Amino acid sequence: MASIWEYANPVKFSRTVQVVLPWVSVGAAVALAVGLIWGFFFTPDDYRQGSTVKIIYLHVPAALMAINAWFMMLVTSLIWLIRRHHVSALAAKAAAPIGAVMTLIALITGAIWGQPMWGTWWEWDPRLTVFLILFLFYLGYIALWEAIDNPDTAADLTSVLCLVGSVFAVLSRYAVNFWNQGLHQGASLSLDKEENVADVFYFPLLVCIAGFVLLFVALVLLRTRTEIRRRRLKALIARERMA
Amino acid sequence: MIALLRRDFRLAMRAGGGFGLGLAFFLIVVVLVPFGVGHDTALLAKIAPGILWLGALLSCLLSLDRILALDWEDGSLDLLAVSPIPMEAVVTIKALAHWATTGLPLTLVAPVFGVLLGLPEAGFYWLVISLLLGTPALSVIGTFGAALTVGIKRGGLLLSLLVLPLYVPTMIFGAELARRGAEGLATTTPLLMLAGITLGTIALLPFASAMVVRINLR
Repeated sequence: MASIWEYANPVKFSRTVQVVLPWVSVGAAVALAVGLIWGFFFTPDDYRQGSTVKIIYLHVPAALMAINAWFMMLVTSLIWLIRRHHVSALAAKAAAPIGAVMTLIALITGAIWGQPMWGTWWEWDPRLTVFLILFLFYLGYIALWEAIDNPDTAADLTSVLCLVGSVFAVLSRYAVNFWNQGLHQGASLSLDKEENVADVFYFPLLVCIAGFVLLFVALVLLRTRTEIRRRRLKALIARERMA
Repeated sequence: MIALLRRDFRLAMRAGGGFGLGLAFFLIVVVLVPFGVGHDTALLAKIAPGILWLGALLSCLLSLDRILALDWEDGSLDLLAVSPIPMEAVVTIKALAHWATTGLPLTLVAPVFGVLLGLPEAGFYWLVISLLLGTPALSVIGTFGAALTVGIKRGGLLLSLLVLPLYVPTMIFGAELARRGAEGLATTTPLLMLAGITLGTIALLPFASAMVVRINLR
């Protein structure tokens, strides 16, 4: 069994991506198509929420990925700081804009859902507020990457920011809970709870979540490969100039 | 270390009006609020703790780039890096100097500005307590942000974008403590949480700041 650290070699990583990426992309497309079509057209309307319940197929997976993308950045930042594998730092960089977009999708679909259900586009509910703050963290992280020229320095600084930011993001989450009680419902997809979303909605939702995960993986792989190529191009141009 | 503290202190006091500037900015924010929301005394009294906290936070933010940028430009930071004092101590001292020249004076004048906003009698005590407890965290977190952006030309806006989300928990508990104090509610929970955040940041964040400074000096 080959060690996972072998993929820290950019060449090996690129070669693997070459093979894996089409499969992941097709898988994402199929899962999203099946999940969304199933969810939008072949599930009944909720008896209270009507057809607005179908926003769940975009809202929940996006929100899930928004948090998991940050978590992935946290892990890859740690790997970069400890083992200094460049691919890891580049993967963190690649994931940030995707995570930011996922956060934005969750916020916007949430607003569209909240309008008919709660009668308001926006409410300073803990979950909503935390997502807005998470979005700001993403923006700061991306901006710091953009601002620094030296790639290694940028990777180091953004990694530390990601670590510190994670601590403060968790802190904010509980602080905001204390600050205001919410309209947003509690978790209803847990595996260990009695009361969950009804099965009719649950299964297409799972397919959608799988689709979003695959989409995220595909985008991260693609963007990481682009970053590696960009870095190599820069090196080649620099070498050309030297010659 | 004492010498470094005194040097930073003196620089902040004398160089380019950094000392009075924060206070003046705080005053202007407080003066502008009634123009923005109207001069209804009841409304002003209700939002006074929040406004004072926001003003203190913003004027703290305004002076963050001075913490390290000047030392970075003239090379003193390199000298400090090779001095026997560990970098963790340097950033802690710098945060302390920043707090003593912005957070502390802001805390002391806040009650005066509270009068301008019609803060209720009971609120003064808790306002001072909350600022006294909370502003050190603002300085320590700000030093981390300043360390991150020290190598960047015109990093002021970026500094704000990085630091403001980190200020969220401090702001929530600080303003909540001041508000509850003003309305005569129970204050123990936000008080303990605010103290916990401040002590936690003072204990842990200098390590991150020092690491970042070392990366930037590489």
